Amino acid sequence: MAATDVEIARLPASVELKRPARSLWSDAWHQFRRHRLAMAGLFTFVTLVVFVLVGPLVYHTRIDNIDFTMSLKGPSPEHLFGTDDLGRDMLARAILGGRVSIAVGITSVLLAITLGLTIGALAGYFVKLDSPLMRLTDLFLSLPILPLLLVIVYLFRDSLRAAFGPELGIFLMIVGVIGILNWMPVARLVRASFLSLKQKEFVEAARAVGDPDSRIIMKHIIPNVLSPVLVAATIGVGGAILTESTLSFLGLGFPSDTPTWGRLLFDAKDYIDIAPHWAFFPGFLIFLTVLSINYVGDGLRDALDPRKTS
Amino acid sequence: MTNQWRRAAAVVAVAAMTLAACGTTPPAASSTPGASATVASKRGAGDDLKILYWQAPTILNAHLATGTKDSDAARLVTEPLASYGPDAKPLANGLAAEIPTVANGGVSADLLTVTWKLKQGVKWSDGTPFTADDVAFTFSLMADPKTAVSTSDAAEGVKSVVAKDANTVVVTYAAANPNIYQWGVGTCCYILQKKQFEAYQGEKLKDAPGNLKPIGTGPYVVDSFKSGDVVTYKMNDQFRDPNKPYFKSVTFKGGGDAPSAARAVFQTGDVDYAWNLQVEAGILKPMADTSSKGKLLTVYGSSVERILLNFADPSASLGDKRGEPDTKHPFFNGADGKIVRTALALATDRKTVAQQIYGDGLSGKPGCNIVTGVPDYESTATADFCSKFDTAAAGKMLDDAGWKLGSDNVRAKGGIKLSIVYQTTVNAVRQKTQDIMKKNWEAAGFKVELKSVPADVFFTNTSPDGANHFWADVEMFTNNSDPDFTNYLNGWTSKQATGKANNWNSANYNRYQNPAFDTIIDSLRSEKDPAKRATLFKQANDILILDVVIIPVVTRTQVTSGIANTLKNVVPTGWDSEMYAVQDFSK
Amino acid sequence: MGRYVLRRLLIAIPTLIVISFVVYAILALAPTDPLASFGADPRVPPEVRERIRESLGLNQPWHVRYVKWVIAIAHLDFGYSFMSRSPVMDLIWQRLPNTLAVVGVAYIIGVLLAVPIGMISAVKRYSVFDHLSTTFAFIGFSVPTFFTGLLLIIIFSVKLHWLPFIYDSTLKVTSLSTLGDQIRQSIMPITVLALFDTATIARYTRAEMLEHLPLDYVRTARAKGLKERLVVLRHVLRNSLIPVVTLVALGIPAVFGGAIVTEQIFRVPGIGELLVRSIGQGDTPVVAAILLIFATLVVLFNLLADVLYGVLDPRIRYS
Repeated sequence: MAATDVEIARLPASVELKRPARSLWSDAWHQFRRHRLAMAGLFTFVTLVVFVLVGPLVYHTRIDNIDFTMSLKGPSPEHLFGTDDLGRDMLARAILGGRVSIAVGITSVLLAITLGLTIGALAGYFVKLDSPLMRLTDLFLSLPILPLLLVIVYLFRDSLRAAFGPELGIFLMIVGVIGILNWMPVARLVRASFLSLKQKEFVEAARAVGDPDSRIIMKHIIPNVLSPVLVAATIGVGGAILTESTLSFLGLGFPSDTPTWGRLLFDAKDYIDIAPHWAFFPGFLIFLTVLSINYVGDGLRDALDPRKTS
Repeated sequence: MTNQWRRAAAVVAVAAMTLAACGTTPPAASSTPGASATVASKRGAGDDLKILYWQAPTILNAHLATGTKDSDAARLVTEPLASYGPDAKPLANGLAAEIPTVANGGVSADLLTVTWKLKQGVKWSDGTPFTADDVAFTFSLMADPKTAVSTSDAAEGVKSVVAKDANTVVVTYAAANPNIYQWGVGTCCYILQKKQFEAYQGEKLKDAPGNLKPIGTGPYVVDSFKSGDVVTYKMNDQFRDPNKPYFKSVTFKGGGDAPSAARAVFQTGDVDYAWNLQVEAGILKPMADTSSKGKLLTVYGSSVERILLNFADPSASLGDKRGEPDTKHPFFNGADGKIVRTALALATDRKTVAQQIYGDGLSGKPGCNIVTGVPDYESTATADFCSKFDTAAAGKMLDDAGWKLGSDNVRAKGGIKLSIVYQTTVNAVRQKTQDIMKKNWEAAGFKVELKSVPADVFFTNTSPDGANHFWADVEMFTNNSDPDFTNYLNGWTSKQATGKANNWNSANYNRYQNPAFDTIIDSLRSEKDPAKRATLFKQANDILILDVVIIPVVTRTQVTSGIANTLKNVVPTGWDSEMYAVQDFSK
Repeated sequence: MGRYVLRRLLIAIPTLIVISFVVYAILALAPTDPLASFGADPRVPPEVRERIRESLGLNQPWHVRYVKWVIAIAHLDFGYSFMSRSPVMDLIWQRLPNTLAVVGVAYIIGVLLAVPIGMISAVKRYSVFDHLSTTFAFIGFSVPTFFTGLLLIIIFSVKLHWLPFIYDSTLKVTSLSTLGDQIRQSIMPITVLALFDTATIARYTRAEMLEHLPLDYVRTARAKGLKERLVVLRHVLRNSLIPVVTLVALGIPAVFGGAIVTEQIFRVPGIGELLVRSIGQGDTPVVAAILLIFATLVVLFNLLADVLYGVLDPRIRYS
């Protein structure tokens, strides 16, 4: 229970509703619990997180046990997820791979959403900020991703490694890169909704009552733009998990021997007709993660919708 | 001394003639005996030959080529004087009537001049006659620094190439040149038409329309060319052999990746020839073994997948001095340098890599020499050293030298840890090799961090992640040589040590500096006696292996292509373009 | 409105100059080089490499090259490719038809399918149809295109032998049978791409429709006795289109940019393939030209989206 509370509270960290939060949140939780699919999604997601966090403590098979006599074996009691071409245990690799993938997926999307929501809200609400912020968005949309990534590696990898150690350094870089390259659609979506919403009666009313801009943005408009933002977030998690794997091909990601779900899927692709199990498990885990987050998002949106409180 | 050289040259000539004979009468080669001969040799009897390269040609002037794909696509149209056959010796299937040798008087005894007799009656595809003038003109393009052609190294040290008469060309070297076929043979020296390129000499060469649509003497002419995508060719009606080529047209498609190219030839039969299928044996073997449509075509050349050990210090803390030739690697080049290097080699499991990743002879075999592919030069002194793989013995060797295991399972001595960064290009075959190496090296007490870099970045001289900077402890890639290994081995001489001073352009990435080795390479520049040359090549090879400058992992097949079962008369060579005898291909 | 558009078009010029400068700087800093394709080949020694670099003009500092490039662009001269020595615009024109025929068609199909699917999903929320479309959409998000593409190839080319998987760009559509060939060779890449586009846009349409369905004006419309069909199409859909328009406008420049992975898998010689290869080889003239055109499209289509907001919701005003 405590764990699930934390999970919910973490997702809309950027929404940060002010004083009446307690009642609104408990209200939302009440609503959320009645949403069966959302609860199922939450349960699945928490299970996945537990699977990757606790898994290695329970399941002791090493991820680098190379054994060519066991190459490309399908699922068996000994290797529940089968083995890859070097005969390594896929379950162990999937567990460890999930840590990176889920962490990268969630964190980088949170970063992208926070950036996008902030920039979109500011641009949509304050007329003076609109043009500069949107031109900045145009700039970011036009940046060539591939060379940009190469330049980032070139400029920052060594210093990040030195500052945070190889693992955390690379993690921060990946999250930063994915976040910085994906906030633009969110910003454009949020801004578009803001342009429309800020002319609506309820905003006029709030303004008439003398609510400050910050309160109008936070309390009145943002809850109404959450819908596309949540869609962007759920799509984004899958995208981020897969992007992480492509980054390692640019020498930007984790070393090639660090398994991640995206990486496992990529390694498996050419064996798809010989050893389909290799691709199936990481692919299915990504699918489960993204789908469960989607239903959590769905429930969250419903729960936070002020009009639906009946 | 000269006698021996003469004898060897005669052998070369005979071999070349025999091979040339095989080349012109295709069925004499092993595959198709008897009656099919007449069918195979009829011009234009076949429809379209479909060739698939997973890299697309972008230019059809081989002198401006940036890769094998360009040079190979150009070979269907333009030809050198002679090709390098499967035995690493010249083969007169090009514009030359015969291979000049000392024996036949074509090569002067002092190894200064080579006189090439050209085939009679050869015409360019536009109908104009081909003459010795075209050959001399091509040389002048290559030798002109302003043209900035990538083949210009072949013209280095060549004093002149002169048309003696319409069918005779004389190549004169500035100094006696044991590598007597340096200019004129193989991928360096495709002959261009003077008429087409005359107006585009010097800097203007890059604007020549002929770069995209060359006129040639080869079996095919360019019909259409979409740069970076596809070339279509028609047969050349002017081709000198009236029975060739067999195919009416050729489609040379580029792009995609190697595994799916393998599918196209083995599984769907969409193409007749799929180039360079260097994919893991786990994928390639089942595909080739079960295919009813195609088969694998391989031949060894000089390609070796090798691990380079850094002799300079790549520590980032050195700042400007990082990886400079005057620094010393903390454990590969210290007092115990040789012991640590030897231990690393001892913990290297070539056999498993060759068997599992390269399919046990499918696309590679365990490698031991860097000078390989030419039987005369192949050293046997290294076999014993390479046959050993024993991580425990490697650990003990380090232990005895005082490199003790720490609590983190990493050996250290005097505060220096045996911690290795191991870099290579992004490539599934290499990443799997890395995984196997890491496992074994860690068992011997090294700590190994893997790093992979996209190939384009890896070979960029200014890239800090590149092979040239070599800001890592070991790195792995493949390279190969011409039949004469002098220039190749020159890449380990002290002068070539790469660093800031030469903008990381030089070839000695290891920064290995050994005067004894330098002396051998110097002698190779002037030594004329073939037997002595062979000995020198072996000596140079043995130093690099036994002093553990490099660890050869796998001797790779130079050609690893897939061909349709119906395609005949394809005899691969490891020393020239894969398309060196495309005129012979038939169905 | 007219003045607003004019002003935005004027701002576009400095915007593009800034973008092009940043892009050029990134290209100059990126550790790629046209000479890298030679690898460690001993046949191309250092002096030769330096000479080639010089002949490409790469020995000049990048800001000098940038200024020269901008001046040439002002004369509509996009320069020559380092790799093929042919004009950059020729290469782009050669590839544009393939990109449009595959990526463009896929995008149109995607948008046309997505809006009705999203709409039905929203109106019939948690129906079988909704669950099915959700599941498919999320398979689309969790399985990358390199995988779906390969799966299609194995099923339809390798096992069934129905479709070719090597795209033939020399095919000219002149008759019904060549049209058939064109369809056969583009159906797989189009499917792969359309799947992803449909999934994305359908999710946004669905979410936005769900947002609007319970609103007062919908109830009012229903109370007035309007048919449900009309209510959904005329009122809810129109009001839900703002995010869809935003996304579609963001997607069109991306169509021009091509679909890198899909193009590679099916060997479609499109702009994406040209771009990614040119980046790898440090073919700056090609990369810079494609990116400049791409940036122009981004700016123009975002402007178009802004104009459309005003049409969809007349209360949105620009100053």
